[in-house]
Amino acid sequence: MISLVDIKNILHDPNPEATEQLAQDAGRLTRQYFGRTITLYAPLYLSNFCSSYCTYCGFHSHNRIKRFKLTAEQMRQEMSFLAKQGIENILLLTGESYQATPLDYLKEVATIAKTYFSNISMEVHPMEEAEYRELFAHGVDGITVYQETYNRKRYKEVHISGKKADYDYRLAAPERAAKGGIRHIALGILLGLADTAEDLHALYQHLRWMERHHPGVEYSVSFPRLRAIKGTDFAYCDVDDITLVKVICLTRIQFPRMGINLSTREDAGLRDHALELGITRISAGSNTSVGGYTVTAAEKQDPQFDIKDHRGVKDIIAILKEHNFDPVLTDWRRIDN
Amino acid sequence: MDTPLEIAGKMFTSRFLLGTGKFKNKTDLAQSIEASKTEIVTVALRRIDLERHDENILEYIPRNVTLLVNTSGARNAKEAVRIARLAKEAGYGNWIKIEVINDSKYLLPDNQETVKATEILAAEGFVVLPYMYPDLYAARALVQAGAATVMPLGSLIGSNRGLKVKEFIQILIDEIDIPIVVDAGLGAPSHAAEAMEMGADAVLVNTAVATAGNPALIAQAFAMAVEAGRLAYLSKLPPPKNNADASSPLTGFLYDQSR
Repeated sequence: MISLVDIKNILHDPNPEATEQLAQDAGRLTRQYFGRTITLYAPLYLSNFCSSYCTYCGFHSHNRIKRFKLTAEQMRQEMSFLAKQGIENILLLTGESYQATPLDYLKEVATIAKTYFSNISMEVHPMEEAEYRELFAHGVDGITVYQETYNRKRYKEVHISGKKADYDYRLAAPERAAKGGIRHIALGILLGLADTAEDLHALYQHLRWMERHHPGVEYSVSFPRLRAIKGTDFAYCDVDDITLVKVICLTRIQFPRMGINLSTREDAGLRDHALELGITRISAGSNTSVGGYTVTAAEKQDPQFDIKDHRGVKDIIAILKEHNFDPVLTDWRRIDN
Repeated sequence: MDTPLEIAGKMFTSRFLLGTGKFKNKTDLAQSIEASKTEIVTVALRRIDLERHDENILEYIPRNVTLLVNTSGARNAKEAVRIARLAKEAGYGNWIKIEVINDSKYLLPDNQETVKATEILAAEGFVVLPYMYPDLYAARALVQAGAATVMPLGSLIGSNRGLKVKEFIQILIDEIDIPIVVDAGLGAPSHAAEAMEMGADAVLVNTAVATAGNPALIAQAFAMAVEAGRLAYLSKLPPPKNNADASSPLTGFLYDQSR
């Protein structure tokens, strides 16, 4: 396991040749273990109700945005829209509200989503092992739960109130999901919240721990970068492109077989280049507002974060092929959990 | 000359099996199948998409090639059995390669669960080709369970490291009566030739072909290496020795009575 000092040395090394070497090594490992294949997924926001106050998020409980959640009919409309474009891997997201989007609502969502998609993941509030098991039984194969930062002091500063303020409950969520039978678990840190090297080191330790204790789970990681969001005001540091690239490459070298996700928070140029480095899963044609695909008019949308890559699914597929990648839409067939 | 490879009563001229993952496009795959003249191709059920998309992988596999659906993604026997049944119901035949992997870091197969799945599926009439770690007891249990072949790994999947467990594969070749197909870790045609020289009945390759600059070319090279290795095995290779042993003795005449 790489030491914190080594991570710091790599991230702070200004030598472009060293970065290039890192990228070459990462690119070679990615091709060896994944070939030239890139898996596509799309996010679908179900609700922006949130009972947590996290300073960096557009959905936080103190932000004055219009709150609503999709009805069953609206969900079908949104899902059908994405399915028609060829999306098979769906990431269903909600704000973290145990009241507005309780387990029963999520089970209903899964039941509907099963009729449109072969692979269902959720990024929702952390829950108990038994609840994860219920979601699994309803066809949810993946759970995304980012710690955001592993720095307890900083965590407390930016997660002011609500259940998300409980660091330890969130930290143990991936393990509860694994025990509940979930197949794919995505971990991540929000780059820009705290010291990148320290968070990366802690994330690696978390991943190693999970691999050892729950080896059957397929893990993936994400490195969303903080950006300014309407109506929020908080201190964060900019993580530049060079650092982001190093983070991706270093992660590939440390975890050769692990999936690395990249969302449309990043612009098209960076995303296209990152495919050569270590990214194995990208979102396409994303909208981060509730009902953003078909229900809510564009001018009335309050996105969770701003999208930088606006290309649709078809465009992304064409571009991947142009760059000699096989776009993978289907890589899972659901069996009755 | 060589007899055909027989698996579950079906005869094959080619002893080279090809996996279909990691190719950068379907044309590369189709060309690799053609160039290698492989007759058995394995596809993960999870990658087959019949429902709605234009690029269904099966369209790139000629009809005369035997389709071997694999249970990639299964973490235990129960899941492998479900995937196999789904494949059969979907009309992909009854040839199934069992892969039960419950370790996402090393992707090592779980022999115990593989035996269980083999037993259930063989009893249901599947032709079962189980992927396994080369352990003699597990191999015997697989034969007992009704497996059509045993498919020991050469080294970790995708590692290109060749026959790291060579001596244990040799034991399976010597002791197990059903075909031994060496699967996983073969990174170069020389690795494939080595396995065939040892007496393996066939090999399966995926990563080394799919991730090559020119997949069709290396697929052909693998197929040729498999043939060469097979011929070497049939020729009864003389064993290697540590001391020099001149082909034509120089001092034999001294003891020649007829001189």
